[in-house]
Amino acid sequence: MLKDITLGQYFPGNTVVHRLDPRTKLLWLLGYIVALFLAKNIWGYALMLGVLITESALAKIKPKTLLSGLKPLIFIVIFTAVVNLFYGTGEPLWQWWILKITAEGIRKAVFMALRIMLLVCGTFLLTYTTSPLQLTDGLERLLGPLKKLRVPVQELAMMMSIALRFIPTLIEETDKIMSAQKARGASFDTGKLSERAKALLPLLVPLFVSAFRRADELATAMECRCYSGGEGRTRMKQLVYRRRDLVTGIVMVLILASAIVLRTV
Amino acid sequence: MSILETQNLTHVYSRGTPFEKVAVDNVSLSVDEGELLGIIGHTGSGKSTFIQHLNGLLKPTAGKVLFQGRDIHASKDALRAVRFGVGLVFQYPEYQLFEETVFQDVSFGPKNMGLGEDEIRERVYEAAAFVGVGRELMEVSPLELSGGQKRRVAIAGVIAMRPRVLILDEPTAGLDPAGRESILENISQFQRETGAAVVLISHSMDDIARFAQRLIVLHEGRLVMDGTPAQVFDRANELKDMGLTVPMATEIALALRARGVELPESVYTTKYLRKLLTALREGGGPC
Repeated sequence: MLKDITLGQYFPGNTVVHRLDPRTKLLWLLGYIVALFLAKNIWGYALMLGVLITESALAKIKPKTLLSGLKPLIFIVIFTAVVNLFYGTGEPLWQWWILKITAEGIRKAVFMALRIMLLVCGTFLLTYTTSPLQLTDGLERLLGPLKKLRVPVQELAMMMSIALRFIPTLIEETDKIMSAQKARGASFDTGKLSERAKALLPLLVPLFVSAFRRADELATAMECRCYSGGEGRTRMKQLVYRRRDLVTGIVMVLILASAIVLRTV
Repeated sequence: MSILETQNLTHVYSRGTPFEKVAVDNVSLSVDEGELLGIIGHTGSGKSTFIQHLNGLLKPTAGKVLFQGRDIHASKDALRAVRFGVGLVFQYPEYQLFEETVFQDVSFGPKNMGLGEDEIRERVYEAAAFVGVGRELMEVSPLELSGGQKRRVAIAGVIAMRPRVLILDEPTAGLDPAGRESILENISQFQRETGAAVVLISHSMDDIARFAQRLIVLHEGRLVMDGTPAQVFDRANELKDMGLTVPMATEIALALRARGVELPESVYTTKYLRKLLTALREGGGPC
């Protein structure tokens, strides 16, 4: 059950999208989000939908996989749509008490839902096609200039990659400890709320103990390999911009330009 | 008489996805009351998945598990009773300790059974005695203990439920030789004195050869051998093909036989091998 979480999952592959420089992909996502928020009519949304479909086709990510990522957010999407539905101004199509639905309300609701879904799917495409290691690498390089302002960029990136690395480990550990306590008669899914909260203790204490132990072991292992922070560190895999990154950049500029032009249609 | 039984037990992980994997494939096994059954198998042979079915932590994809003749998934209450009747000690059980004192941690299981205070105290002391944890440690925090002591406390936590079947997944992994020896002695004593059945998973063939009365071999999720240690270790070549080893004594006996020393079949304990070799020397043989 816990193993079914797909958030931030990476699907290894060797497509153009996978091979792009992570910096390009991060900037692409930024541009994509800006373009998405520029869209205000059907043409703008059609453009962004087209971009997303092309992108996922190039990355060979199935639409089903992409949509399955939306599952946990379905409530938020519906909630936003419903709220927007009743907030339109103009001639009401249907009215009851203070609730009224207008043509503009429907339009807004559909666009809002579409915007959230496009936003989430676009972000998922990034994590689906970029390994966590590459992602933090790219982020570190993009935030590099902040080092001048004494922001510990390298340390932050290292913390992020360690955190990402340990998510599956901790999930596995939780599963294991849960089974062990269940074998001693603990039950996590019955009883009143207060009882359930109390029942979590036999799970949380060992989990914390082992998380601290792991952190300690990792720190020792890193020190044994002479890790001493970012100063003077070189990389095994250098990030290099290639021609495909340039092409991607030009395409994004074109998309942004079209998004602006389509606003006036 | 059989106390725990599986009928055509099959377990498939991630059914219907590209990651689908058959972990346990049609295993029918019956554990007799009071016996010490050893399970051996390569890493990934399905041992751990298999034993998690025996107390209902995993639900079989197909097949049944019967405890004292009743299907354990028949009702929710039945399942809970099975958790107490079939004690399961996981690999590295010391990571499940969570209470402030050793006494409280060992009493977690009995408390969940809804027993009275006196009964709980009696069971905790009894279980602690079985695994060799002294009374002076009862009020100590489990986190202050050494690795070996933590392991003992964790095993006591399961024994305190007085299970009719005790299953242990590699109880000696990562311990020093003296610690291994004494934990195995404790388990064997528990089995003799309480008449409970014990199922022991181990990678150490020497330990298994000494303690198990019956031995089964799992390979790629299937039950491939079932018999006395003698019967199983006589098929040394098949075991080796599966990536398993045989006890040191069997290995030596095989090598000697290959060099023309006349030794009987079924040598699998060091004690027996030593007896044979001493007899050979006194009889003027090549040793």
